[in-house]
Amino acid sequence: MIHLTINGLPVSVPEGTTILDAARSADIPIPTLCHHPKLTPYGGCRLCIVEVKGINRPVTSCTTPVAADMEVATTTPAIEGMRKTILELILSDHPNDCMVCEKAGDCALQELAYFYGVRENRFDGERRCYAGKDRNPFIDRDMEKCILCGKCVRVCEEVQGVGAIDIAYRGFNAKICPPFEKDLSCEFCGQCVSVCPTGALTGKAWTQRGRQKDIKEVDTICPYCGCGCGITLHVRRNEIVRVSSREETINEGWLCPKGRFGYTFVNSPERLHVPLIKEKGVFREAGWDEAMSLIVSKLGKIKKKYGPDAIGGLASARCTNEENYLFQKFMRAVIGTNNIDHCARL
Amino acid sequence: MRDPVKSNLTIRVCMGTGGIAAGGVEVMAVFADRLAGRGIRADIRKHCSIHKVGCRGLCAKDVLVDVILNGDKTTYQFIKPDMVERIIEEHVVGGNPVLEWAVGEDYHQFHDKQVKVVLSDCGNINPEEIDSYISVGGYNALERVIKKMTPAETIALIKKSGLRGRGGAGFPTGVKWEICRSVEASRKYIICNADEGDPGAFMDRSVIEGNPHAVIEGMTVGASAIGADKGYVYIRAEYPLAVERLKNALKQARERSFLGKNILGSGFSFDIRIKLGAGAFVCGEETALIASIEGLRGMPRAKPPFPVHKGLWGQPTVINNVETLANIPYIIRNGAEWYASYGTEKSKGTKVFALTGKIRNSGLIEVPMGIPLREIIYDIGGGIENNRKIKAVQTGGPSGGCIPAELLDITVDFESLARVGSIVGSGGMVVLDETDCMVNIAKFFLQFTQSESCGKCVPCRIGTKRLLEILERVTEGKGRLGDIELLESLANDIKATSLCGLGQTAPNPVLSTIKYFRDEFEAHITKKKCPAGVCRDLLSFVVLKDFCKGCGACKRVCPAGAVTGERKQVHVIDPEVCVKCGACYDACKFKAIGKG
Ligand SMILES: Cc1cc2nc3c(=O)[nH]c(=O)nc-3n(C[C@H](O)[C@H](O)[C@H](O)COP(=O)(O)O)c2cc1C
Ligand code: SF4
Ligand code: SF4
Ligand code: SF4
Ligand code: SF4
Ligand code: SF4
Ligand code: FES
Ligand code: FES
Repeated sequence: MIHLTINGLPVSVPEGTTILDAARSADIPIPTLCHHPKLTPYGGCRLCIVEVKGINRPVTSCTTPVAADMEVATTTPAIEGMRKTILELILSDHPNDCMVCEKAGDCALQELAYFYGVRENRFDGERRCYAGKDRNPFIDRDMEKCILCGKCVRVCEEVQGVGAIDIAYRGFNAKICPPFEKDLSCEFCGQCVSVCPTGALTGKAWTQRGRQKDIKEVDTICPYCGCGCGITLHVRRNEIVRVSSREETINEGWLCPKGRFGYTFVNSPERLHVPLIKEKGVFREAGWDEAMSLIVSKLGKIKKKYGPDAIGGLASARCTNEENYLFQKFMRAVIGTNNIDHCARL
Repeated sequence: MRDPVKSNLTIRVCMGTGGIAAGGVEVMAVFADRLAGRGIRADIRKHCSIHKVGCRGLCAKDVLVDVILNGDKTTYQFIKPDMVERIIEEHVVGGNPVLEWAVGEDYHQFHDKQVKVVLSDCGNINPEEIDSYISVGGYNALERVIKKMTPAETIALIKKSGLRGRGGAGFPTGVKWEICRSVEASRKYIICNADEGDPGAFMDRSVIEGNPHAVIEGMTVGASAIGADKGYVYIRAEYPLAVERLKNALKQARERSFLGKNILGSGFSFDIRIKLGAGAFVCGEETALIASIEGLRGMPRAKPPFPVHKGLWGQPTVINNVETLANIPYIIRNGAEWYASYGTEKSKGTKVFALTGKIRNSGLIEVPMGIPLREIIYDIGGGIENNRKIKAVQTGGPSGGCIPAELLDITVDFESLARVGSIVGSGGMVVLDETDCMVNIAKFFLQFTQSESCGKCVPCRIGTKRLLEILERVTEGKGRLGDIELLESLANDIKATSLCGLGQTAPNPVLSTIKYFRDEFEAHITKKKCPAGVCRDLLSFVVLKDFCKGCGACKRVCPAGAVTGERKQVHVIDPEVCVKCGACYDACKFKAIGKG
């Protein structure tokens, strides 16, 4: 264990812990924009700077490991002044249109600007403006709002293992881009969207569906497959407007495109609510008991006339293991055939 | 085969990049051709040898040619192919050097106060021939180190010499090697940093072009000291001649067993690969350089861990500058005491500078650390061009600062330059005179760093852009009250919070010009005047009544039609129409146009 003090408070943490993690373990807040606990430390936003006694310049707490007897100060007038300068700089190159931004109320940048009271900005000048829109089907990429925190790049590379995006250009013109600035064409897992601290990355389907303050969050399990990822439905007026996932789920907050973006069917008017029975080529609504009886009698007839191997069962990846187990049991023991298969194998 | 007769005529043509640019190849070809053409005198043709010589520093006078006849050397300057015939006729044949083309007093002065270590063999040996390097003692140091010294002894010797890194930060080289040696790892690397991205710096290029084997020898010594078996030279692709000579030298060194498996039968194996950089300034920063070699975007990362602990592919890695490494063989050959006898207490040895700007003798110089700046400017540099007044000396390139003329008596070493707010850096030295605008100089360097920022961290990416924008509006006459304070405050925050050396030093040119030339900034902002008459938007052109003869020259050249006036009458410039191009100023023979 390494013993150090943070703001005069004694703290003990294992060797290799960063100052940021040490401070957070002691419930001492440090502002960050580019840090994510699951991603490689980056050191890009510089907001997490702290003073360490004996070092003549501020150090970034997210990248600096603790050392024995270190004396850390997380908030001094000099440090807070520099943090404010950094925020002013970021906002001097930002559209600042929280008024209509999808992310307002849930935006790390907006939050910091609020707490640091950045109303007047000493800096004005050129702002990055991009005309073209990314026409991919799922992710709205508004790079004018991007603060180059690099989280999307890291999550795509380190968690998803895809590497669909990286930083292109230099200096002020640096920009997160898919190769050759083409439209994003990737797995659309949306991991990048989930870590983006600003409104630079949002779901296309989220647009004008309601902001976070009006949302009721409902934790549930994704219905798509047997992985059973924990998801959180963002519900407004009894309508799902967004899906996210919490870090403490078994899937650690990461989802696949179906789980993250495939929720619009829930409110689709074309969804079935009751069983339909086809008679003379035309569907009519029916009750569950009627439908069940029909299935039992039809299967019984077929089995009697042609034998059990004339029947086959196709199970679904959207069922759980238990459901699939039961289904094969049903096919083998009740129907009496081994004709049982699963869409995931196709 | 006849015995080769000892030559009594040697012709040496300067073939550094400067020499080649000035026509060195052609000059040498004409020498070869004309000497051959006079083949009747078989003795001359047979006895003359023509070396391709590396850069000797005084590029402003290229093409430089040495003619050594019976041991007497005459150096010619500004030689063009059509001058060769006369040199051969009068000097080689007639025995009378063409004195009017020979270098003058300033050429000798240029060399007298210099102490050449790294550059000692540049210009004298043939960089394309390993035997030429061996004949001056080359590879002795390596042989000694791997056969007779332990790594600890080698490191102790380098530490004792006091050698500090020439790449900018001045970190003691022996200490760096010692730390790397002490780290346990299955594999270690040594990298030679030949990225040389500072605008105006070309010492590393010149060393590799003029004496590539010294760099290879220095690297191999370093590798044996730290226990590395692989090395890289990271060199920008814009240096084709240096790359070519380095490749050639690596091949020759391998053939002679100075590189490769089991070097000189010692059991030590080491080899060097060349990695071409795409010319991003930030790739000279060591962690960005490593990322670039690994095939990633050249972006710095936070330290610690330092490369000596976790460098290339996560292994302990020493990164040294070209000049640092080229010093190594000479230090081992001549001893630590010899090297430490040059310089000051904390800055030992010599340093190569690229002396440019408003100076008579511009070029590469090598001086002992601790030399007074005044001696560099007036004795070596020959003073200011056109006898103008010196205003400042900018050292350290875009990471450095300006030293005002009042401080010309300071010594040039790591500590003393740091004390006045500048740095030795990679060794850029730009002399500025009264016609240079300091706001404009600061703007020039900021333009460079701003465009070379990698974009990773906020203060550098956006901060340098804002600094530049403020400087731009000041030079355009749109400066606001409080801009100087805003510049200072932002500059200090950028210095304190940027991730890597680029952002941490980028504000230096701004801060040091404000420190010493605040009045010039104020003049731009409050009086909307550029005292040096450089910033176009702040200039106005007027016809001086008393001098105007009414010749109409100004009227004819003015592209905007701003000048009116009848012949033989005093002319008038309409300030509303004038585009401030200065054409009238240049055209008037009677100095009747006032600029200010
Ligand atoms: C932006 C930046 C650019 C640099 N460029 C170079 C360079 O071109 N050549 C170089 O040798 N060192 C350069 N350096 C310094 C290197 O990071 C490193 O300190 C040096 O190569 C170490 O070698 P030395 O100890 O021999 O000086 C640069 C540093 C920074 C921050
Ligand atoms: S990204 Fe955040 S700060 Fe920017 S406009 Fe949207 S809500 Fe506002
Ligand atoms: S959606 Fe997933 S795969 Fe696509 S860029 Fe984002 S993280 Fe990478
Ligand atoms: S898009 Fe979002 S996550 Fe990616 S760099 Fe920009 S702000 Fe960060
Ligand atoms: S569909 Fe995707 S998000 Fe849903 S459970 Fe399966 S893997 Fe998870
Ligand atoms: S200081 Fe500049 S060059 Fe260095 S990491 Fe930050 S943005 Fe990149
Ligand atoms: S959180 Fe540490 S630099 Fe961004
Ligand atoms: S930045 Fe492109 S979708 Fe992430």
